[in-house]
Amino acid sequence: MTVENGQSTVDSQDWPLWEVFVRPRRGLAHSHVGSLHASDAELAVRNARDLYTRRQEGVSIWVVPAAAITASSPDEKDAFFEPAGDKVYRHPTFYPVPEGVEHL
Amino acid sequence: MAAAHRVAAIAVSGSPGRRDVLQNLAAVTGCCNTGGMERQEVPGASGLLSEVAAAEAELRAAADRDRGGDGAGVAAGDELAAYFDEVVGADQKIEPRDWMPEAYRKGLVRQIAQHAHSEIIGMQPEGNWLSRAPSLARKAILLAKVQDEAGHGLYLYAAAETLGVSRAELFDKLLSGRQKYSSIFNYPTLTWADVGAIGWLVDGAAIVNQVPLCRCSYGPYARAMIRICKEESFHQRQGFDLLYTLARGTDEQRAMAQDAVDRWWYPSLAMFGPPDAESTHSTQSMAWKIKRFSNDELRQKFVDMTAQQAEVLGLNLPDEALGYDQPSGHWRYTQPDFGELMRVISGDGPCNRQRIEHRRRAHDDGAWVRDSAAAYAAKQRTRKAAA
Ligand SMILES: [Fe+2]
Ligand SMILES: [Fe+2]
Repeated sequence: MTVENGQSTVDSQDWPLWEVFVRPRRGLAHSHVGSLHASDAELAVRNARDLYTRRQEGVSIWVVPAAAITASSPDEKDAFFEPAGDKVYRHPTFYPVPEGVEHL
Repeated sequence: MAAAHRVAAIAVSGSPGRRDVLQNLAAVTGCCNTGGMERQEVPGASGLLSEVAAAEAELRAAADRDRGGDGAGVAAGDELAAYFDEVVGADQKIEPRDWMPEAYRKGLVRQIAQHAHSEIIGMQPEGNWLSRAPSLARKAILLAKVQDEAGHGLYLYAAAETLGVSRAELFDKLLSGRQKYSSIFNYPTLTWADVGAIGWLVDGAAIVNQVPLCRCSYGPYARAMIRICKEESFHQRQGFDLLYTLARGTDEQRAMAQDAVDRWWYPSLAMFGPPDAESTHSTQSMAWKIKRFSNDELRQKFVDMTAQQAEVLGLNLPDEALGYDQPSGHWRYTQPDFGELMRVISGDGPCNRQRIEHRRRAHDDGAWVRDSAAAYAAKQRTRKAAA
């Protein structure tokens, strides 16, 4: 397959892969619901409607070519996220609050 | 595609609002129909639905928990394997880009593909009655159900693709007979009542099989199954409702309902696969938390649930030995003919050839649509590049 570069040949079997994000209701963020194949963005949105919102699960849909997503590598996960590991003082719960103090 | 390295996979949206909508829908069932039909509670089904909700809650809870060890410095082969075992052992999910044993990946591809093929081929027996449904409401319901099955197939193909296979490759294996689909879909739908029997028994058996898969160790599969199981409960209920209506109709309608149940009962029991003693893939699947219950355990669960429902329907299950066993709390029943199951799986069922031929024809007939869409997309890209 040639989906890595997001290009499809006329061979329909090579329709690119799209990741689908749905906003369930006004006020909520779009979240990833799954993926599908489609020849172009417009059809990807239509297919996503039929595939992922058959029961009014959403009010808005995003589709993103899967090939356009850059992800952090799971292999280096620990090293990658390590810098935040020893900074507990970023959480309010790190600080003791003396008895009797209100609104802090 | 080189995309065992795909970022994403099927996810269940995190919003409580959406969950509510789905649960309410499942609770009302057939809310899309035009009314006038009696609603019947299916005993036992609400329990299954709450198991799906529990699996979903557990998935979230597990994601919040830390894995056992710190997993630091996972690099060498042994450590990767240990890390994998640790994640599975802690009931955490394995995700597409995580290291996994090759046999785990292969086994999952085989299982998910077979599952996806079953959803797609499974559209045919019921599709047969779409143009002859007895009312507009029944037609709309059946259409929605068959569309759902197409959706289930697509969720599952997408989940399989996260394991580094392409959908085209899986289609090809289905059409060439190198991958199987559930044997049940090789039986014909002779009357309208078969639509009810399929919904009640076949979808019912599928739910019993699939609910435990909502807790499968592979994240994309588990999430696809949660989505699917929520939709399946409408399938079972519309089938039950259809049979319930027929069973209270004319003598002819009643006889038609009984005949359908007579024909679908044993093939439905066979859906759980060979008896445990002859089951080949089970032990490793259980250790990897892909499979959670044995074939016989699930079959028994299905019988226990269904025997009670048959009483409410007022239809007989075609098994003289069927009876409630007080001490064990289970129903005794006659095993299906596993010789027949093997014959049907190996290609000798009533409709095997027809199903694959139909699938191939549908695929070929759709080629011009896929080609046109691809050509159009290519043209648009060229235009954009030139502009
Ligand atoms: Fe399904
Ligand atoms: Fe179904």
